[in-house]
Amino acid sequence: MFEALREGLGEEMERDPNVCVIGEDVGDYGGSYKVTKGFSEKFGSWRVLDTPIAENSFTGMAIGAAMTGLRPVVEGMNMGFLLLAYNQIANNCGMLHYTSGGQFTIPVVIRGPGGVGRQLGAEHSQRLESYFQSVPGLQMVACSTPYNAKGLMKAAIRCENPVILYEHVLLYNLKEKIPDEEYTCCLEEAEMVRPGTDITILTYSRMRYHVTQAAKTLVDRGYDPEIIDIRSLKPFDMYTIGESVKKTHRVLIVEECMRTGGIGASLRSAIMESFWDELDGPIGCLSSQDVPTPYSGPLEELTVVQPHQIVTAVENLCGKK
Amino acid sequence: MALRQAWQKAGKVLNGGALVSPGSTFARALSTSSDPLTLEIPVPFKGHKVDPPSSTVETSAAELVDFFRTMFVMRRMEIAADSLYKSKFIRGFCHLYDGQEAVCVGMEAALNDKDCIITAYRDHCTHLGRGGTVLEVFAELMGRKDGCSLGKGGSMHMYNKKGGFYGGNGIVGAQTPLGAGLAFAQKYLKVDGVTLAMYGDGAANQGQLFEAMNISALWDLPVIYVCENNHYGMGTAEWRSAKSPEYYKRGDYVPGLKVDGMDCLAVKQAVKFAKEYSLKNGPMVLEMDTYRYHGHSMSDPGSTYRTRDEISGVRQERDPIERIRKLLLSHEFASVADLKAIEKEAKKEVEDALAKAKESPSPDAPELFSHIYRKSYGAEAYGADRKESTVKLP
Repeated sequence: MFEALREGLGEEMERDPNVCVIGEDVGDYGGSYKVTKGFSEKFGSWRVLDTPIAENSFTGMAIGAAMTGLRPVVEGMNMGFLLLAYNQIANNCGMLHYTSGGQFTIPVVIRGPGGVGRQLGAEHSQRLESYFQSVPGLQMVACSTPYNAKGLMKAAIRCENPVILYEHVLLYNLKEKIPDEEYTCCLEEAEMVRPGTDITILTYSRMRYHVTQAAKTLVDRGYDPEIIDIRSLKPFDMYTIGESVKKTHRVLIVEECMRTGGIGASLRSAIMESFWDELDGPIGCLSSQDVPTPYSGPLEELTVVQPHQIVTAVENLCGKK
Repeated sequence: MALRQAWQKAGKVLNGGALVSPGSTFARALSTSSDPLTLEIPVPFKGHKVDPPSSTVETSAAELVDFFRTMFVMRRMEIAADSLYKSKFIRGFCHLYDGQEAVCVGMEAALNDKDCIITAYRDHCTHLGRGGTVLEVFAELMGRKDGCSLGKGGSMHMYNKKGGFYGGNGIVGAQTPLGAGLAFAQKYLKVDGVTLAMYGDGAANQGQLFEAMNISALWDLPVIYVCENNHYGMGTAEWRSAKSPEYYKRGDYVPGLKVDGMDCLAVKQAVKFAKEYSLKNGPMVLEMDTYRYHGHSMSDPGSTYRTRDEISGVRQERDPIERIRKLLLSHEFASVADLKAIEKEAKKEVEDALAKAKESPSPDAPELFSHIYRKSYGAEAYGADRKESTVKLP
């Protein structure tokens, strides 16, 4: 996947000279996850900028540069570090288009790996989608496959709105064959992973793989789950989700965000508001536990939703077969 | 200078030395010649890791009259804003700039349209200096449609894209990294201009300022950090908030200059010097020693942390408008009557703008949702029912 991201970013940088990358160790080091490897030699140090460790100011700089028409791509070495830039993202990035009465657009892309990794410790296992979801003016997307990673990266760079692209630490080494021709993915659209009839399972990022793994067990037991990767975390693709709910009448949300105030919490109330009449039962929501991610391996596994829990939840919602 | 262009648009013409209003019944005998004139700046510059510029500045009678008129309009505007606030036309926060006019007026004399300015919330006069109109400012303050941000920004969020004015920022210090970003873009796009990132003595203690200074010094960005030191961060005097209140030295490896911020000509000289330096070498810090007559904002009487004697003392000895008035009178570039006429005209301009702004309507309800997102790339956004609320974004 890191190569797909690199291809997407590289193609956009070739296409538009105003695209530049700003982040820590993105230049000579090639990026801590190799997404920008080789870019420094190819595009020069003025388009691939190695910053000092100053997230607040380099994110602010990217926003200031975007106000003049440049299209910076900010890399947070780990999404969690962008908490230091929270003021710039919440107050300036999202709001400037509105408070200036439409005079300025902020076509900035903020990307980086987040999510729970392999025993990285609490401070390096943050899920920031819940913190940024209520900032007006931002768009948020989460990639999960090499195909949608490249497509979303390209679309995010071309988009006039500020976009936060959530990558996941554990998905960088995923392999998939992707088309040679140029393509982009729609930022606001969800992806149908597996059509089905019994229950709609909504997920994103790494949990997609736990869901597809659980689906194998579920299919063996006679269930027919419909799996949708929502991809667009803000705004939600309520159309695709709605069509699915109208078909299956049962919903389970599986996410890696915290239980309190997470994406699942917002999605649950959005679905209930729009599709109450279509639902046969309560909307299930499996999220990570509301705890700092522990270092110990077994404990870390308990923090995050595991496939067997997904199977149990589906059985409870659909009834035993 | 941006305001001069605005007057020319309004029909006033500089006609071979006399300021003439077409259709006026008399031409004023104001000496508004553009012949160069050299004056001495009384308060010397202080340099940090740089040799200060000469204290002899070149100006002209026309420029001095320009300064006088512009600052007078700004002063009247801020005072009118004071009464508007008290009569509840302006709500929320209102931070007035009176006393500090020399900084933004002096700056504009050394800048052009390739340069960018970004500042904090005390931005009404800076907006004017960059080509905004008094009407836009009043309408925005009152939250009306004709405001520069369509009534959606308010006192602290005034912007002028055409004039190179990037706001208008509410959070103290957050504009300094934005300023570094503007300078980065200027260097990237090879625009021959500088960015003035303005902040106050209160913001001078923000970490992000030092982060921005480090990055801009590292990459030689053409940014000038202008500290408008009015000596009080809301209610906290500089000696209570800064271990080292010598803000022009705070850049450490970034050279700095301390300037008498109540003197338009000193400001002009300093900014001209800094611009030349910055285009070649990277950032510089300018500390403008200035003063605000009002409190921090309208809810602050301004007298609990300083004495009224101090305020009136500064007003008597260092007021920027009075300084220019004395210069004009002593050099006989204008008579007392001439200046009174300019003042009268300025007052009228401000009153007319105010009346027009009061007539401007509030923004319509759908404006609540406009300008959240911009038309995106090849995407469609749907509501829950695709039939009813499809929005195609080309």
